[in-house]
Amino acid sequence: MSITSLTAVEIAAKLRSKEVSAVEVTTAFLDRIDTEDSKYGAYLAVDRDRALAEAAAAQIRLETGDASLLTGVPVAIKDNMSTEGIETTCASKILKGYVPPFDATVVEKLKAQGAVILGKTNLDEFAMGSSTETSAYKLAHNPWDVTRTPGGSSGGSAAAVAADLAPVSLGSDTGGSIRLPASFTGTVGYKPTYGRCSRYGLVAFASSLDQIGPITKTVEDAAILAEATTGHDERDATSNPAPPVSARELKNGSLKGLKMAFPREMYGEGTDPEVQKTIETSLEALRREGATVDEISIPSIPLGVTTYYIIAPAEASSNLARFDGVRYGPRSQGQGHIDVVAKTRAEGFGHEVKARIMIGTYALSAGYYDAFYLRAQQVRVMMTQQFLDAFQSYDLIVSPTAPVVAFKLGDLSQDPMQMKMLDYCTIPANMGGMPGISIPCGFAHGLPVGLQFMGAPMEDERMLQAAFCAEQLFAVSPSRPNL
Amino acid sequence: MAISLDEVRHVAKLARLDLDEPEMMSLQTELNALIGHFSDIQAVDFGGINPKLHASNLTNVWAEDVPRASFKRELALKNAPMSKAGLFLVPMIIED
Repeated sequence: MSITSLTAVEIAAKLRSKEVSAVEVTTAFLDRIDTEDSKYGAYLAVDRDRALAEAAAAQIRLETGDASLLTGVPVAIKDNMSTEGIETTCASKILKGYVPPFDATVVEKLKAQGAVILGKTNLDEFAMGSSTETSAYKLAHNPWDVTRTPGGSSGGSAAAVAADLAPVSLGSDTGGSIRLPASFTGTVGYKPTYGRCSRYGLVAFASSLDQIGPITKTVEDAAILAEATTGHDERDATSNPAPPVSARELKNGSLKGLKMAFPREMYGEGTDPEVQKTIETSLEALRREGATVDEISIPSIPLGVTTYYIIAPAEASSNLARFDGVRYGPRSQGQGHIDVVAKTRAEGFGHEVKARIMIGTYALSAGYYDAFYLRAQQVRVMMTQQFLDAFQSYDLIVSPTAPVVAFKLGDLSQDPMQMKMLDYCTIPANMGGMPGISIPCGFAHGLPVGLQFMGAPMEDERMLQAAFCAEQLFAVSPSRPNL
Repeated sequence: MAISLDEVRHVAKLARLDLDEPEMMSLQTELNALIGHFSDIQAVDFGGINPKLHASNLTNVWAEDVPRASFKRELALKNAPMSKAGLFLVPMIIED
């Protein structure tokens, strides 16, 4: 087996046994990116010299005994997280050439552990999309079938891991942007409880929903990456004071006696019957292991997509006001301040971003604020309460991650509403700040299907334990695409 | 409920987006498709639920008001499309 197909844990073991050096590991990934990434479009930027220098420094730490589990392990970072000295564009023309003078907290933490930053991954522009097709730079392709999308918005991060172009990566999740691409690419995608991972240095989309998390080949890698990147950060005022997510008890869980609920509303309109069949098979397997899976009702779930498409664009319209061509990015020519700013934004933002800014501005404007924005926030409270009520009786909530499998590139670009429905099952976790994880559970139409677990807020560890057990149980085969 | 082309123009102005006519029209269609779904939440009985802008239970976070190290001026200006005399150059706001 080649180095590039290993998990982070396997790479760490080989580094410790001196079977390979950190520089050899990083070189293997960089070489593979050089020759193969044109097929997948996973990366927007790779800084070879910097990565090799970090790997050399990691090797010294390994030799002097000053190493952690991630020392010398390469990581890919979604291109909406600030990386000091490496261009960060959010896949938008409005940030073309922007080189951040600082690292996001997650990047700072990874570097402190001795992880090697391989490069920046492709995404939907400003993370607004579910297929990575709104990237202003290039399409990303699904390693299971390159004519299909890897999902989005963290499509590059998911494609990189599935195509062995990085052992692990970080994505961000506002309405499902980690979990949906994980489901589409047969990888593990984990969104922590809101506030457990610092958003400092993450370019804001919808601040009350955004959360950073790992995309990996295994639940264990996800837990280890989460342990390294979460924890309180005073630079993010919404950061939770709790300690980092712990991976220590990951393998000490059991499915036996776990009480799970399946909300029947999670099979929404447009659920692929083949996906449903795979999910049902997985639920049966969980039951055979001694978990109970009860069907329940959470009536507000069907309101999630509409509510999301008011709250997220409203917050985005405010957050994206900072892109005015003054402090960063290109500036267009015009007459006076307003004209220059309006032209800069019209030329710099792509169509989907403009559409969301428009929706958000409209929902917040005089006369509509009460009817749209405030009502959406009431739905959010109602939905959160209904989930919290369910967690009074159940340890976990389980559902499909997505109603369908990866679709052909271009198939949904003319159907914005169907594209938005892809996040139907993932939006509730963002609304309620709950942790969610997607793990591969089987196939439909020969393409990966993800099963989603959600936990009560701050119950990340318990959810990860269950996901770890389920992963061993499902033992999905083939576990990797034919690359 | 539907949004007129004039409203699209007004919202574009508020959002500081200098859109051309074809883009306004395509956005009008898209916005109307989405706004059509907004009626889903108009009929819901909330029974006195207070809206909350956040799922987090955290309250205000305070910090000591003490100066701390920040970026060097050159570093902060490095990405600016235009700067002069160590300052960001902003497009003219008040005409002379």
